[in-house]
Amino acid sequence: MSKGVVLHALGASAPLPQAAELFVGFGRLLRLYGYPVASDQVMAFMEGVTLLGPRSIEDIREAALATLAPSPDRRDEFEALFRSHFFDDFVAPVEGDNEEETRVKDDGGQRKDQTRTLRLEEGGALSSSAEHLTIRTFDMDGEDGELLRFRRALASCLPVRRTFRTVRTPSRGSVDLRRSLWAIVRADGDVPRLPLRRRQSVVRKVLLLIDVSGSMKLHTKDYLKAAHAVAQATNRAEIFTFGTRLTRITPSLRIRDRDHALASAANRVDDWDGGTRIGTTLLAFLSVPRFAAFARGAAIVILSDALERGDHTEMETAMHRLGKRSFRLSLCTPLAGDPRFRPETAALRAILPVLDDLVDGSSIAGLTNFILSLGRPIPRAEAIWRRP
Amino acid sequence: MSEDAVRTLAASPEAVATRLASVRYVADDGLATAVFLAIRLGKPLLLEGAPGVGKTEAAKALAETLGRSLVRLQCYEGIDAAHALYEWNYQRQLLAIRQAGEREIDIYDDRFLTARPLLQILKAPNDNVLLVDEIDRSDHEFEALLLEFLSDFQISIPERGTIRAAAQPIVILTSNRTRDLAEALRRRCVYHWIAYPEPTREAAIIMMRAGDVAELTARAVARAVRNIRGRPLAKPPGIAEAVEWAYAATILEKGGSPWPEAFRRAIGVLIKDEEDLSYLASEISGIVEEALA
Repeated sequence: MSKGVVLHALGASAPLPQAAELFVGFGRLLRLYGYPVASDQVMAFMEGVTLLGPRSIEDIREAALATLAPSPDRRDEFEALFRSHFFDDFVAPVEGDNEEETRVKDDGGQRKDQTRTLRLEEGGALSSSAEHLTIRTFDMDGEDGELLRFRRALASCLPVRRTFRTVRTPSRGSVDLRRSLWAIVRADGDVPRLPLRRRQSVVRKVLLLIDVSGSMKLHTKDYLKAAHAVAQATNRAEIFTFGTRLTRITPSLRIRDRDHALASAANRVDDWDGGTRIGTTLLAFLSVPRFAAFARGAAIVILSDALERGDHTEMETAMHRLGKRSFRLSLCTPLAGDPRFRPETAALRAILPVLDDLVDGSSIAGLTNFILSLGRPIPRAEAIWRRP
Repeated sequence: MSEDAVRTLAASPEAVATRLASVRYVADDGLATAVFLAIRLGKPLLLEGAPGVGKTEAAKALAETLGRSLVRLQCYEGIDAAHALYEWNYQRQLLAIRQAGEREIDIYDDRFLTARPLLQILKAPNDNVLLVDEIDRSDHEFEALLLEFLSDFQISIPERGTIRAAAQPIVILTSNRTRDLAEALRRRCVYHWIAYPEPTREAAIIMMRAGDVAELTARAVARAVRNIRGRPLAKPPGIAEAVEWAYAATILEKGGSPWPEAFRRAIGVLIKDEEDLSYLASEISGIVEEALA
């Protein structure tokens, strides 16, 4: 039926009818604006339009929404593009607030390749003694070496939880009935060795929330470097920055080359060194279901001085909610680097009961050591800091 | 018979909407069009939306209009092939082997095969509608498995060979969008985002669902709920909660509470979070009075 007609129309041999060009063109337009539209989606779109009549432009719009599946975040932009294409309504489409994940991912891949070839050239072009030198500088540079060690160690140090999925195991587990049966069939009614299965462990999610307000100016660069190492070490990490607004920078930090990654993250964030609205931004974080779901069962590390301007009730609410969802809620504050530090501001006193850890975040070393210890149980923050 | 049901249902988007209304589901134009296209194009239907907007209800209503039973696959993190596709009943197999003694026995017979939802739908595509519920809760591996299933509608069982669906099954996927689904999955489906309904539509849903609720009450509830959803709550009330609220308030009113008071006292069925309750405590009277006006 109509499918055949459309397929034929799309074939390379036959030229497209004038009317079809409009729909194919819309697919092209969407791709231009970063929507991932496959050719079979365009075909489904055209089939849908054929099936619906179309009796009105509304039919075409609904078919487009159903088959081209724009993400709800970019719905308004999609509608604007639709209007501009089908009504010749030359309103410049609103730029989507959502980051174009695919494009960023592509960039990541590209850059990874570039750096890899660069390194190969280096190795090929330089003599062996020079190569030795580079290794040595790498070790000598304390910070980089430390971050590298951190990155390598992290994968095995993160907290884990058991899943419903099972894996084969040589010892300690329940009987694997499927394999037992095979063994019985093969060995003619005998199980030479009982095969076992055990529930698998997976790494818990890690959520880093980095304060980029003015009062944290000295530390944000270090924190981003550490966050980059975390993002590289595990794919179960999400990283956000907050100041006066909330920005998700995980896609930037997935880029392997650190300078590229940090530059890309810097572009993404609009509120560098501005004011602080910790409570509001954390509540904004919790109000997005996707993000809030990410916090559930995760190890949440907040890198902030927790100096909230004005009223701190919003921050308290946000911390309570985060604390309830998380596996472990930690606050790393650079202020704790001072030996005279006590959690005595009203805000800190209020949130101390929900915190699992309140630790020193004044140096990369302190921070990385703490993140490496996330999987080990230690007494709650309140017990440590309320000690006389 | 079932084929006819599909044909009459998918005559036009309006026919879909009318048929869904006959089983007490109010669908808007977008949803009716999406259902129509999904059936006619033979693609799965992916419904996304906030919790409590009636995604699962839509699947149930669709199954009911078609006179088919609903096979539901509830996803969770760690769901795997044994829960979704099939499993051998090993205990029975072992018993059968022992019982058979020297006789020959086929231990891969149908009676030893436990069909899970995806296999059930393949075996009887014309009697069932498959609902894959809350797919965002499963992990990426399961999504990949599902992708394979949804593109070919076949399952390979090593001991038995490949099982194919005789007809194109009707499949509905739902997601609360707690994470982004793979693009490949979205691409294979007809997509619809279910938003919270307009107050008039919500009032219609409340009257249809809650039995003996007066029209004025339903309208007031719809307006109040819309107002409440606009506030920064941890868990905004869904449609099911609104229906229950209207119903509970009606019962209380019949029991002797005057109107605004009945709404206030029934608030527990609408807001189910202690923090939200305390947040709304001071404002709820104002909201209800404004909605009743």
